[in-house]
Amino acid sequence: MIDTALWIALALFCAAIVLNFYRALVGPSLPDRVLAVDTMYMNSIALIVLFGIWVNNKDYFEAALLIAMLGFVSTIAICKYLLRGDIIE
Amino acid sequence: MLDTIIEGAIAFMLIAGGAFAFIGSLGLTHLKDFYMRLHGPSKTTTLGVGCTLIGSLIYFSREDGPIIQELLITIFAFITAPVSAHMLAKSALHHKLKPDPRTRGNPVELESEKPKHTVEEAPQGDSPLP
Repeated sequence: MIDTALWIALALFCAAIVLNFYRALVGPSLPDRVLAVDTMYMNSIALIVLFGIWVNNKDYFEAALLIAMLGFVSTIAICKYLLRGDIIE
Repeated sequence: MLDTIIEGAIAFMLIAGGAFAFIGSLGLTHLKDFYMRLHGPSKTTTLGVGCTLIGSLIYFSREDGPIIQELLITIFAFITAPVSAHMLAKSALHHKLKPDPRTRGNPVELESEKPKHTVEEAPQGDSPLP
């Protein structure tokens, strides 16, 4: 039962990342692209977690935590740059 | 019996997480303007990733006791998603992105700045300027 659910979830997350990639390529404005990349790192966290379930190894959570923190900080930094033209004033 | 129930819970969490994340990305792809598109990822994708992480938490705490580390990522995602959505909305308002006519609301930041009076109009009151 878990195997089937794992394959379905992997397929759904891969499709979600493809859709995010489309928005990041097409997106008419700069905040659109930032939003698409933000969503893409959220989906990649879930993808890494699913890979950890697949190989039955719980060490992949540290990579997921690292991606979550760095993605949040980079999103905030890019937004700050778009707002003020400078990151640290 | 109990194993079957736990396996069913894990499978339900994984599929629910995948479905939520896919719906969020679908909204990101085909909604009309940025202010609508912000809804999909900031709410739905966060819930989907949280569901997947809780499913893997149940999966890994079946054999040797509860494992808390996975909950850290869930809490972190649930705290940081509104903050990044707020910053993205602020930057979109700063860039004055054009809203779709069907988008509700009329924020002050999007109103076009018209000059107070034109050149032909004489300034009212007793201004020192001519």
